[in-house]
Amino acid sequence: MLEIKNLSARIDDKEILRGIDLVVPQGEIHAIMGPNGAGKSTLSYVLSGRDGYEVTGGTATLNGVDLLAMAPEERAAAGVFLAFQYPVELPGVGNANFIRTALNAILRARGEPELDAVAFLKRARAEIKRLAMPEDMLKRNVNVGFSGGEKKRNEVLQMALLRPRIAILDETDSGLDIDALKIVADGVNALRGPDFSALVITHYQRLLDHIVPDYVHVLANGRIVRSGGPELAHELEAHGYAGLEAA
Amino acid sequence: MPAIAETLDTVQQITGSTYKYGFETDIEMEFAPRGLNEAIVRLISEKKGEPEWLLAWRLKSFAAWQKMEEPNWARVKHPPIDYNDLYYYAAPKRPAPKSLADVDPDLLAMYEKLGIPLNERASLAGVAVDAVFDSVSVATTFRESLSKVGVIFCSISEAVREHPELVRKYLGSVVPAGDNYFTALNSAVFSDGSFVFIPRGVRCPMELSTYFRINARNTGQFERTLIIAEEGASVSYLEGCTAPMRDENQLHAAVVELVALDEAKIKYSTVQNWYPGDAQGRGGIYNFVTKRGACRGANSKISWTQVETGSAITWKYPSCILQGEGSVGEFYSVAVTNNHQQADTGTKMIHLGANTSSTIIAKGISAGQSNNTYRGLVRIMPNARNARNFTQCDSLLIGDRCGAHTVPYIECRNPTGKVEHEATTSKIADDQLFYCRSRGLSEEDSVGLIVNGFCKDVLKELPMEFAVEAQKLLAVSLEGSVG
Repeated sequence: MLEIKNLSARIDDKEILRGIDLVVPQGEIHAIMGPNGAGKSTLSYVLSGRDGYEVTGGTATLNGVDLLAMAPEERAAAGVFLAFQYPVELPGVGNANFIRTALNAILRARGEPELDAVAFLKRARAEIKRLAMPEDMLKRNVNVGFSGGEKKRNEVLQMALLRPRIAILDETDSGLDIDALKIVADGVNALRGPDFSALVITHYQRLLDHIVPDYVHVLANGRIVRSGGPELAHELEAHGYAGLEAA
Repeated sequence: MPAIAETLDTVQQITGSTYKYGFETDIEMEFAPRGLNEAIVRLISEKKGEPEWLLAWRLKSFAAWQKMEEPNWARVKHPPIDYNDLYYYAAPKRPAPKSLADVDPDLLAMYEKLGIPLNERASLAGVAVDAVFDSVSVATTFRESLSKVGVIFCSISEAVREHPELVRKYLGSVVPAGDNYFTALNSAVFSDGSFVFIPRGVRCPMELSTYFRINARNTGQFERTLIIAEEGASVSYLEGCTAPMRDENQLHAAVVELVALDEAKIKYSTVQNWYPGDAQGRGGIYNFVTKRGACRGANSKISWTQVETGSAITWKYPSCILQGEGSVGEFYSVAVTNNHQQADTGTKMIHLGANTSSTIIAKGISAGQSNNTYRGLVRIMPNARNARNFTQCDSLLIGDRCGAHTVPYIECRNPTGKVEHEATTSKIADDQLFYCRSRGLSEEDSVGLIVNGFCKDVLKELPMEFAVEAQKLLAVSLEGSVG
């Protein structure tokens, strides 16, 4: 269970998050929607531990463990996964090698046995097949020369292989055509289960037609201003975010 | 090389440092008197029982050296070197072993500790090793199996005794004694090194390698390596180097000469991990090396691959003289500098023959307060019709106190020549680091992964057995460079 209490954070001197309260129980998928500049990406970076964001108050725990005290890699080992809005290119680093190295670092941190190259490839090929992605995804260098859609698919592939307890998807739908959007959504839906929860951050409702959330929260001006069921997303789509900030 | 990982973990615990090879071995040594003069040159020659012609060559080189001045064009700085304050010859006291069984057990143990087992059964499959300890070769493995196919692999001292006609024919034929200050010095006082001869039509059945170890204090190492591949022959050769950690600097001035005749191929790989000095810049090896290969025959090929992580100062330009028609020269280099290390390294590709081609891929990585310079010459001479060169120089900076410099020299004297030069400079970006860490990798593993990715085009040229070691070495060399 991800539990965020009264979380505030700033970049430089600019207050971005102003007291976020949010609980995502294990097994649930929650969506966070909101206008540009509401603090959506900041929330995802603060939860995953990016440098440059100063937490000025509040707590964030995963299954009772304090996330904010941990380095990014420790959060990954604890089960946090961030699907990037803009996935980063790593020239010369093979995708399979990258994901396996990451997976083994996580397994090692948890005291579990690591996977050798053969066992990993077997698992990776199975996932690729399930996600209907081309097999050369594994051979190429991490995100180098990938189209926007391929980069997002690669995030989903990493997520499927790293098996996080909570996945944070930061505007994963931005820049995707409808086919790519479906592949991404199918990837998330395939992981649904009692041990997986997700925080789906999006600007638009259309992703939520494919990943139907248990709850929708509206983030505006650094606070959660409304929460509700999946129907809230449709309401927002119809009426826009105007007027919410005052709520 | 799993043995390396295990033994060196132990050594690291002992030395408490990230330089894993910094221990000293207590072996009874014999030194020539400190200093450099004609008598020392004669003494070295006499110790080795050399013929008169070689002594004459040494003396001529020494005379030339005395008239020369240390070059100062490289982007490196160091206090003046007192050439009279060094030992030019240091060798274990026990008489030279006749076979592996006679090698001093303490020496064998030291090489074990370095991860280079000299016992043929325990050694890496398919790799023959010549082990050079200070001024002498102490053992060469797999000589017999090699000699069955006609391959000669021995120390150069032995080659002078056993194969004088070959040594006399080729020694100094690629790098003349008076080529530069350090080659003149080396030619006067060189003590040992490896000799390889691959006869016509033979593909050397094993990887050959030389492991250079500086152990004695205040001693310079002046090794000399000569590799000859006759018509249609091919060989892959690798050298590795380490030295103890000391506060004073030590001098290493080597000369390597390669000769490739028609259709011959020589692949020469280096993993240079001399002691780089400490984080404050104290100590470390001064590595002033001249390496040159002559592609004398048609369609011959010489390929240099180097991974340079050690030494306080590296001054080194492995080069190819592309004389034979259609001959090919390659230079793949990774040079890492951290703390106060200085590297000025690159290559020279001299195109003499028609349809010759060369490729240069140089990756420089600078961290700490180090300076890393690529210096490369591509020269296409008037007779080199349709010569081609492609050069790519990439620099990666870690932190904001280091420097990367690229100094290409391009001379094209034939209108059909085609020369391409690409260069990039980049930093490890914060978002790359965060991306890796968010996936579970530690900061240092992330740097290692990004750096290895950056160097991939070069590392893939290394023989398989050494590529993995080289990757680990890169990560170790950059430890503590981020954050």
